[in-house]
Amino acid sequence: MAAYILRRLLYFIPTLLAIYTVAFLLMHAAPGSPFVQEKGLPPEVLEARKAEFYLDRPILEQYVLYVRDLVTLRGHSSIRYPNRNVIHDILAPAFPVSLSLGICALGLAVVVGTAAGVISAARPRSPADYLCMTGAMIGISQPSFVIASLLLALFALVLRWLPVGGWGSPSQMVLPAAALAALPAAYIARLVRTGMLEVLSADFIRTARAKGLAERRVLLDHALRNAWLPVLGYLGPATAAIFTGSFVVEKIFAIPGVGTHFVDSALHRDHPLILATVLLYASLLVVFNLAVDLGYVWLDPRIRYE
Amino acid sequence: MSEPAPNESLTCPVTALRPAKSPLALAMRRFRRNRLAMAGLALLVIVVSASLAGAFWNQVAASRGLPEPYRTPLPGIHPQAPGLAHPFGTDPLGRDMLARTLIGGCISLGVGLSAAVVSILIGTFWGITAGYIGRGTDTVMMRIVDVLYGLPYILLVILLLVLFAEQTTWLRMVVLFMAIGGVSWLTMARVVRGQVLALKEAEFVQAARALGSGSARIIVKEMLPNLTGTILVCATLTVPLAILQESFLSFLGLGVPPPLASWGTLASDAIDALNPVRVYWWLLAMPCTMLGATLLGLNFVGDGLRDAFDPRSR
Repeated sequence: MAAYILRRLLYFIPTLLAIYTVAFLLMHAAPGSPFVQEKGLPPEVLEARKAEFYLDRPILEQYVLYVRDLVTLRGHSSIRYPNRNVIHDILAPAFPVSLSLGICALGLAVVVGTAAGVISAARPRSPADYLCMTGAMIGISQPSFVIASLLLALFALVLRWLPVGGWGSPSQMVLPAAALAALPAAYIARLVRTGMLEVLSADFIRTARAKGLAERRVLLDHALRNAWLPVLGYLGPATAAIFTGSFVVEKIFAIPGVGTHFVDSALHRDHPLILATVLLYASLLVVFNLAVDLGYVWLDPRIRYE
Repeated sequence: MSEPAPNESLTCPVTALRPAKSPLALAMRRFRRNRLAMAGLALLVIVVSASLAGAFWNQVAASRGLPEPYRTPLPGIHPQAPGLAHPFGTDPLGRDMLARTLIGGCISLGVGLSAAVVSILIGTFWGITAGYIGRGTDTVMMRIVDVLYGLPYILLVILLLVLFAEQTTWLRMVVLFMAIGGVSWLTMARVVRGQVLALKEAEFVQAARALGSGSARIIVKEMLPNLTGTILVCATLTVPLAILQESFLSFLGLGVPPPLASWGTLASDAIDALNPVRVYWWLLAMPCTMLGATLLGLNFVGDGLRDAFDPRSR
């Protein structure tokens, strides 16, 4: 097991390097220069600015220098925001915000989705089943920014129960987390319902009922544990969807997270900031994927990693 | 009763046997009996034909030298609520929302369809090759899929689209379609490969091999017919994901360039125009209803196909 984890950790290096390389090449293939907006600079100043961002060096050297700055966590100043270090001044304060929002949304999606799936499967074709599955259908059939805007309009503008946006208090987290969780929760509900229905007709469930176990224990201890395996497989893509979905939700609710920096820095050709953000998200996702794979072992003792 | 003709007793058992139905025909019959799936199919037919009619309407206008309704501002004060002249209302620039919603449908459905085609072409090829050859090839090909699956691919898509943002409409459309298609084939490759691994050991495939069929013949004649269901289900469920992805990119300002529209860009524009003082609900409601109907229809059809091709999964 320890060897497996170690190998997976080593495996992070080529994966992250591949992402970094593609991002780096895309950035350099792109038309336009980071300094378009600084018109009328004297040539000497422009040269100095270029030298500051390694742009006067051969491309291979730039590639290595940017990796060095990121890996040593020394960072580099941003092109768009001069005098602000991309790691220490821009991403370090924004990252905890995005991370806590993402984890809340993921937790919400898992809890709500599983509960809805179990309730549906416990009494198929009952009103509760139809209610849950209709909810899941709505979650699947609308983009997250529409759901976010409707939640905002309803709970913040019409009912005035929750704040419109911003960050800091728990009440400001409810709407964005709900908007992010809607689609994954809907998928999880459908996966759990299908899985539960299949498992509930298995022999060991009949045995569990025959030996007089309470229905509650049959459903939650025996059936759910088996029905939940497909959900685990979906958690990797779900995490990616939630963390990239936060680009949109952070914009709608004016949350000072990393998502806003991603699109803006790419639009402004802010090379140091793009590379730092891409690597940050990429590392987050590979770590989550590893966590999901380890979750399989915990949930299904038959699975072993050598 | 008359005495039976002597040959009738011979023909009778033969005519009593129904002609054998192919698995495909059986699946289609099960599909037709699934009411939810048929409702989904009807919903899809309506949306698709309406979108095509909208495109045709614009084409006719353009070919007669008239202004195309989806991009031409109308005179008067706008936006107007839905009414007799404009059943879907008009947008703040005075363009007819019905024309825009239908053109948007063509683009959104096109994105979904191209993702499905890419996933069928690349995903099936990848899955069959990996599963059929097996051993080292399988390991390498599936490792590549795993790595791509774990990659935050959407980050690179966004980067790609941002960097091409100032290019021509045509190029941007190609990049958008390719980028969304590029993510869609991974699931297909995994599913097809799993199925091929099982089929490879099946008795009828062994029999074909024993009879001296070559690999190409086994794949095309024996395996593909048995993969049809899996491929069809997977492709149907790829389309809604691609459409949602396009709308996500639209919200970030990376969707189809104006004056073209997709359901994603329309909904995103509507949200920009949203304010508590005047509620232009039709700007949001029209594209979102169409989008919702399409995604629901596709999900119902996809679930129905899965049940039809694999009755055990119910």
